[in-house]
Amino acid sequence: MESLYAITTGVLTACGLYLVLRSRTFPVVVGLTLLSYAVNLFLFSMGGLTTDGAAILDGPTDYADPLPQALVLTAIVIGFAMTAFVVILAMRARSEAGNDHVDGRQQEDGEDRP
Amino acid sequence: MQHLIVLPVVLPLIAGILLLFRRQWAIQVQRLVGTIATSLLVVVGIALVARAAGGEVTYYALGDWQPPFGIALVLDRLSALMVLLTAVLALGAVVFACAGDDARGSNFHGLFQWQLMGINGAFLTGDLFNLFVFFEVLLLASYALLMHGGGKARIQAGVYYVVLNLAGSSLFLIAVGVLYGATGTLNMADMAVRLGELPAERAGLVTAGGLMLLVVFGLKAAILPLYFWLPRAYAAAPAPVAALFAIMTKVGIYAILRVYSLIFGDHAGPLANLEQAWVWWLSLGTLVAAGAGVLAARDLRLLVAYLVLVSVGTLLAGIGMGSPSAVSALLYYLIHTTLITGGLFLLAELIGLQRGKAGTRLVKGRPLRQGGWLAGMFFVGAVAVAGLPPLSGAIGKALMMSAAEGSQRAWLWPVLLGTGLCALIALSRAGSTLFWRSQGELMGQPLPRRQWFGVVWLLGASPLLVALAGPVSNYTQATAEQLAHPQVVVNALLNDAGGMP
Repeated sequence: MESLYAITTGVLTACGLYLVLRSRTFPVVVGLTLLSYAVNLFLFSMGGLTTDGAAILDGPTDYADPLPQALVLTAIVIGFAMTAFVVILAMRARSEAGNDHVDGRQQEDGEDRP
Repeated sequence: MQHLIVLPVVLPLIAGILLLFRRQWAIQVQRLVGTIATSLLVVVGIALVARAAGGEVTYYALGDWQPPFGIALVLDRLSALMVLLTAVLALGAVVFACAGDDARGSNFHGLFQWQLMGINGAFLTGDLFNLFVFFEVLLLASYALLMHGGGKARIQAGVYYVVLNLAGSSLFLIAVGVLYGATGTLNMADMAVRLGELPAERAGLVTAGGLMLLVVFGLKAAILPLYFWLPRAYAAAPAPVAALFAIMTKVGIYAILRVYSLIFGDHAGPLANLEQAWVWWLSLGTLVAAGAGVLAARDLRLLVAYLVLVSVGTLLAGIGMGSPSAVSALLYYLIHTTLITGGLFLLAELIGLQRGKAGTRLVKGRPLRQGGWLAGMFFVGAVAVAGLPPLSGAIGKALMMSAAEGSQRAWLWPVLLGTGLCALIALSRAGSTLFWRSQGELMGQPLPRRQWFGVVWLLGASPLLVALAGPVSNYTQATAEQLAHPQVVVNALLNDAGGMP
């Protein structure tokens, strides 16, 4: 299970990073979302992966670390609020600058010339 | 007063909620509440400094969960100093904003208080994850404040700023996760103890986590490869917000200082001082890049933004040297540079207001109505920020240079003095363009007294810092001593059976 979990997190991070480096705001927003999913998954696994363990200390051996769950909850809330904010900001930038490029200029390589 | 430590967080929180909840209040009432809350914060800051000056480390365990399990706010000399500095800077900025900048958008005062809450919380917290939360609080407020008043330039700068900081937050969480996974704790003092007995196979993980934290703090502090967001954002922000942002880069500096002195101190064995080599060379690079930026800036606000970068480079050089005397010098310089660059942002706005269309661009424009006074203030600010005697910049730089040892001198002296020369050239060129090369008739209105107060309050700190150089540097020396002995903090937090509520 560990390797599957690690690969999932890694692929999500890689996709997120790639999209964050794109030039238009929509892929960047999606990239930030993917990145925050990857981080949440990563945080969740940082106390060690346990299957079928109780969330609280239940007996001497078999329990899952409760702290990462609390942290992930915090990170999810913050990440969700920030995504909402970034979406609004991107729309605002689109209407102010007249295009959806992150730096406010049309691309020069002719890919999207009107 | 046992609850004193939590006041810098709770006071702005309550004021912010009140201001947001009562949005229909007249702007005068909002101004009054904002100013009173910020003034109270100055009083609290003075009380905290008086309490911490004795050298005792006290903590406030929220919800009575004793460390290392609960979240604790820790007060030592450094955090008390930073809280007071923030409050003093914020008072100047908020009074300046009351002259009309706050009415250009909505909820200025509420957001301003929340920004203060985030900054103060980041200075006081003793927990790594809580540091992340307070970083988010201050960033969220800063996103909205940066775009206060709207306009194309602000939105554009805002997109960069928000996206970069969100990516930075993700990295922060990964770093915190790695450190928790390797050490099993998030409390900084507890982590420091556990690093001392770390099994060897986890050293690599902790190194990776520690250096990732450096990247995150470097992004906030605007170190060399990560500073490109800063000049545009600071130049586009409304003046009082830009003045408050002068403390934001220092939050990054503070975090570097705190985390690497407490967690990765001398007791950490092979992991001790793992940031030093990186920070030292990056600081010199930052200084050189900032010097070039200062010379190239064609706008007064951009020029001041690059001066913020110069100060970041200088402060980092102090961390890179690492000795207690260097840390003491950097703390003195930090007080000086925060207040002066904040004041210069406000002053740039005043100059821009009186020049009509030319604004703060360094081109020939209309003469200023109150040119004499503005030129005088500009002169004081320029002398202070470039580091010329007799003002505080010279003392800060002299302390810094005398703290350098051996081969550090050969690198630091030419770079620091060269950057100072760049600043001097750029500022004298800017001053002569702004005040002497003018044509046309007088246009601007006389400036309101509140704006003058903000500028004089902040720039007046420079002569004051010279007059009080003795007591201030005694305090910073004591602070550096305390930082060099993290064991005191660890003992106060973990081995103290009787706690505070």
